[in-house]
Amino acid sequence: MKPAAFTYHAARSLDEALALLAAHGEDGKLIAGGQSLVPMMNMRLAQPRHLVDINAVAGLDRIALEGDRLVLGGLVRHQALARAPLVRAHCPILAAAAASIGHHAIRARGTLGGSLAHADPAAQLPLIACLLDAAIELRSAHGARTVAAADFFAGVFATALAPDELLTAIRVPCAVPGQGWGFRLMSRRVGDFALAAAAVIVTLDTAGRVETLQAALGGVEATPVTLGPMAYTQQGQTPHAAWCAALATSFAAACDPIDDPRVPAAYRGELAEALLARALADALARTRGRTP
Amino acid sequence: MSERVALSLMVNGEAHEVAVPARKLLSDVLREELGLTGTHVGCEHGACGACTIWVDGAPARACLIFAVQMTGRAITTIEGIGDGALTAFQQALHEQHGLQCGFCTPGIVMTVEAYLKENAAPTEAEVRDLLSGNLCRCTGYHNIVKAVLATVATARA
Repeated sequence: MKPAAFTYHAARSLDEALALLAAHGEDGKLIAGGQSLVPMMNMRLAQPRHLVDINAVAGLDRIALEGDRLVLGGLVRHQALARAPLVRAHCPILAAAAASIGHHAIRARGTLGGSLAHADPAAQLPLIACLLDAAIELRSAHGARTVAAADFFAGVFATALAPDELLTAIRVPCAVPGQGWGFRLMSRRVGDFALAAAAVIVTLDTAGRVETLQAALGGVEATPVTLGPMAYTQQGQTPHAAWCAALATSFAAACDPIDDPRVPAAYRGELAEALLARALADALARTRGRTP
Repeated sequence: MSERVALSLMVNGEAHEVAVPARKLLSDVLREELGLTGTHVGCEHGACGACTIWVDGAPARACLIFAVQMTGRAITTIEGIGDGALTAFQQALHEQHGLQCGFCTPGIVMTVEAYLKENAAPTEAEVRDLLSGNLCRCTGYHNIVKAVLATVATARA
């Protein structure tokens, strides 16, 4: 349970971090909070030869409002996502999801960029990034590019990040007035990765019918699944309890849940359906000004 | 690749010069290089909380940090708590029988003391949620929860 040897590099600037990544290619690995990477190194599931530490790089922990978008730096800690007034005011579902990650000491160190780059299928932040269709900003020594969350997550622990790229920030749309949100997850123990999780944002028109709806499931397939085109067919629907149940059933039925000996696919699918129905109900309650 | 890296660690207000391989975990450096064996090592993958220390006042798992990362940071361990006497929470653990074997206790103390600085009046539900990050196989947690709540009640009286 001791990590393999590596050479340590403390980057003092973004350019220095990018130069180090470019120099070491596949042998290099970024470390930020280290809350996923170091357990993997301790278990020797990961054995990077060069570790590039970005904790001292200034400006990567920015939380700012730019127009109708919230900009969140890759080095923002989970605890800051959960507590920052800007996040709580403009993206409450993200704050709630971050507050449910791991434990107090884990949230104090773990980072947004680390969680997205690690891409655990059951992690909270990839789910919310997909729900909100976050724009994910990547930088390398050769330039910058922006990738939509839907294109960023490629599989279990796999993303669009190249070995020499660093996730600098994400941009998410701010919640609009009257928007309701729901986030539900199920894990066997508090702080464990979810067996499944559901996230919903919804707005209603003045007649109380569905105006916009986004929903996503985490932990069900290799990457978060979004409702996609099925969302548009819900416009104008009257969102009563039976609607929640029917939508949850059809969304879950359209998924192909991961099967493993401890969590069979059938159970995972039923869990996703139940969590989604509850997240929908929570979101609707919040549009009506009630806190579930 | 296992060559030693010279670094200065600020632990409990004192500077220590050490030379350790980059791969050496902070938990092992605290225990083996500095003799601060109050930081216990349980699972070594961040699950059990026994090695919880503070980095710049914030709780952290010492087993998920490499000592070489700690240049310029202020580390606090269980030995740096309470100015040579028991803190109010440590005294409450004693009075409420909040420990049996004691292996998890340093991590619990560091976790709770850090949290009480942020939230001086937690509810029982908040305390139980906080303690979910620290495994205790003896007490069943009841008396640890009682000790936290007693500390809070005494501080407010």
